Amino acid sequence: MKNSLNRELPDQIMSDLNYRPFESTEIGHPEIQRTAPVVRVTTGNDKVTDDLEAVVKNNVHDGMTISFHHHFREGDFVFNRVMGIIMDLGIKDLTLAPSSLTNVMNDTVVKAINSGTVTHITSSGMRGSLGDAVSHGALKAPVIFRSHGGRARAIENGDIKIDVAFLGVPNADRLGNANGMYGDAVFGSLGYALMDAQYANKVVLLTDNLVSYPNTPASIKQTQVDYVVEVDKVGDPDKIGSGATRFTKDPKELKIAEMVNSVITNSQYFQDGFSFQTGSGGAALAVTRYLKESMVENHIKASFTLGGITSPMIDLLKEGLVDKVMDVQDFDKGAASSMADNKNQQEIDASWYADPDNKGAMVDQLDVVILSALEVDTNFNVNVMTGSDGVIRGAVGGHQDAATAKLTIICSPLVRGRNATVVKDVATVVTPGDSVDVVVTERGIAVNPKRQDLIDRFNQVPGMKLVSIADLQAEAEKIVGEPKPLEYTDRTVALVEYRDGTIIDQIKEVKD
Amino acid sequence: MEIKKTALAGTLESSDIQIMLSKGTNGIQIDLDSEVAKSFGDDIRRVITTVLTDFNITDVNVKAVDKGALDCVIKARTIAAAQRALDTVNEPAWEVL
Amino acid sequence: MTESKERLRRTMMFVPGNNPGMVKDAGIYGADSIMFDLEDAVSMTEKDAARDLVFEALHTVDYGDAELVVRINGLDTPYYQNDIKAMVKAGIDVIRLPKTESAEMIQQLEAEVVKAEEQFNLPVGSTHLMAAIESAKGVLNAPEIAAASDRMIGIALSAEDYTTDMKTHRYKDGRELEFARNMVLHAARAAGIAAFDTVFTNMDDVDGFKRETEYIHQLGYDGKSLVNPRQIPMVNAIYAPSKKEIKDAQNVIAAIEAAHQKGSGVISMNGQMVDRPVVLRAERVMRLAKASHLVDQEGNYIEK
Repeated sequence: MKNSLNRELPDQIMSDLNYRPFESTEIGHPEIQRTAPVVRVTTGNDKVTDDLEAVVKNNVHDGMTISFHHHFREGDFVFNRVMGIIMDLGIKDLTLAPSSLTNVMNDTVVKAINSGTVTHITSSGMRGSLGDAVSHGALKAPVIFRSHGGRARAIENGDIKIDVAFLGVPNADRLGNANGMYGDAVFGSLGYALMDAQYANKVVLLTDNLVSYPNTPASIKQTQVDYVVEVDKVGDPDKIGSGATRFTKDPKELKIAEMVNSVITNSQYFQDGFSFQTGSGGAALAVTRYLKESMVENHIKASFTLGGITSPMIDLLKEGLVDKVMDVQDFDKGAASSMADNKNQQEIDASWYADPDNKGAMVDQLDVVILSALEVDTNFNVNVMTGSDGVIRGAVGGHQDAATAKLTIICSPLVRGRNATVVKDVATVVTPGDSVDVVVTERGIAVNPKRQDLIDRFNQVPGMKLVSIADLQAEAEKIVGEPKPLEYTDRTVALVEYRDGTIIDQIKEVKD
Repeated sequence: MEIKKTALAGTLESSDIQIMLSKGTNGIQIDLDSEVAKSFGDDIRRVITTVLTDFNITDVNVKAVDKGALDCVIKARTIAAAQRALDTVNEPAWEVL
Repeated sequence: MTESKERLRRTMMFVPGNNPGMVKDAGIYGADSIMFDLEDAVSMTEKDAARDLVFEALHTVDYGDAELVVRINGLDTPYYQNDIKAMVKAGIDVIRLPKTESAEMIQQLEAEVVKAEEQFNLPVGSTHLMAAIESAKGVLNAPEIAAASDRMIGIALSAEDYTTDMKTHRYKDGRELEFARNMVLHAARAAGIAAFDTVFTNMDDVDGFKRETEYIHQLGYDGKSLVNPRQIPMVNAIYAPSKKEIKDAQNVIAAIEAAHQKGSGVISMNGQMVDRPVVLRAERVMRLAKASHLVDQEGNYIEK
């Protein structure tokens, strides 16, 4: 079976898992039935414990779905601790459904797969030894990759039914009121974890900072929490995020950032009250630096910025250039700690941020988004999931979700080392070309032909170099040469959902 | 032509390739370490082999550690390594360049 | 290769000759001239490797319209002759000689270049030359150096070595360079070639860089040597002509056209004769305006 992007999908798996192939980026107006969690009734006076083993033993059983958040990023102590106990208890056949998997979790997950503890995974992404293991067929069942908005949707409609959520927090009171803003291991917004807290049958908070009751502001509420487990440390503050994200000094990335800024400021969306989001990646982040200058120069302010937040974005808020920061996660300490002091830095959950099956998500209000890519093809389809060797080393993140913005700009060097970024056919489609408007590389800007309005506008801009995406692809190939096609086996190791829950692509086992 | 000594050229920086040549007895033997080995390994080996053949080097062990080098870099580093190994650095082989 | 005498040389970007990442990307920043460095940026042990790398890059990488320059190792080094041969064979536009102190050094370089052009069956005269002035002696001999060969396209002041030679160092206000800057510029103008100002290395001092660039622009320098691609747009902005300059230049160009159509050799504007320097300035302003995207293909001013 093929989907509308002509990607071959595995018939048997599609039918076994009851999946439909991707058709279109249009969500329409379907009526959706949301699910609700099972609640074990209590007055809440017996939630605090320091016996994590007992909590795991009494609540996690073979075949269940368990979840974690990745707000501690590479400084996470919770995941490995809990998974260690689960493996020691010999629990089998679990579905792992975290918001994402960071490198610090890799070896544990590989171990859990090998021991039969974990047999199913759904995540935003994976990298390193885990991505390598999965790409080499370590899991029998295909991993399901979902965007942040797609995960929120799947949790709400019951596609992901979380039995037990283990959520690390830098503070909590004895009933489970908690936030991400205070304590040693602050990470700011709890955006992704709020979904788990709201929909999991059992919610286990882990904290190294038990505070007096009632704890406010309560991002996670006592009405949602079953256990508050005291541990020594939930995370390593130095590895959760750097002090403040610094802009790249790489001249190529800065040049790309400057070109992106030129695209934004010459578009019809650059006017007072516009909104924008910047993805991760050197050039995407550095756009803020140039955009700020243009905003000051043209007396233009933004109504909001959205998504993953960094210090430079908070600076814009403090300088009055941005009215509101709508914050689903914070990438550095500066952004994380400012949430406590700034009422205009609003914590939002993943559903509010990006869920397509909603009564309106913030991404639907977004004017401009700047995103990175591992690969873009001549149909503007974007891969942020598999590397040039076909191995999984990325994450959907908010890519598909934010790409629904009115102006979606993908920026990337045309060539990285010997890998072309603009290719004839991406290895894995994550974001469909239909939602991509402009591709910016250091060697030229390509506008999606369906955006004739932008082409007409940019052609009037002196010095702006528009090229076709096919020209960019040809230029990249001229520089690096023509790569030998990657070889895969017939086995499907992962499916990539589009944000609406259809399948946009499969990832196959690599042949070595 | 005989290799006079083991020689190294290039670095482990991004976009570079480090080529080490040492005496061999069994033709041109290339041990390639590259992140793009799957897609460009054959090309890299071909460029190295062509340069060595141009220098009439027939028996040599090549250790190549590639960091995403383009063909022109691979060629330049192999030339530099070959001239160092042949002890002819001060007499560039104009016909090979 | 592009015409060598009359072209914009606002920016000459230094690229370390043994760095593949920078060598392959040197063309993307829009520098008017790219200068691959085989000299100070390359350690003694890597001179051969850098020469090979720049050679192969010149053969394969597309650097667009940029003028390609290589700074070879000095006359007193064992790399000098092979650097010249390799770069001539590679078809470099311009060879830059460091630490030039006399016209003889340029003539000697020219003789080597001729030999190389003949050895590799290239048209004699295709390789151009420029000199870097890095000492008191070089500054005092600048007029002879600039005029030493028909192949000369420019001279550049290199302030680090020069200030050491002068028993001083670089100051923020640049007063220690006043004489040298003016001497080098006059030498260039008298010989009808380009003048390049020295590098500014403190990337964190953006205001200082702009101040220095405005100053050398005012003096009349063609452009500046640069250590970082980020400096290119800043220089170009300073060299961009004003709207009035463009309008004046357009009037001069229109007067030339009118004279041509009438078959008249005398160009007049508003009843006044337009002499050659005015024409030359107008042409330069229009070149700058085009490069700065201030006029369209037909030369019409683009209103913002």
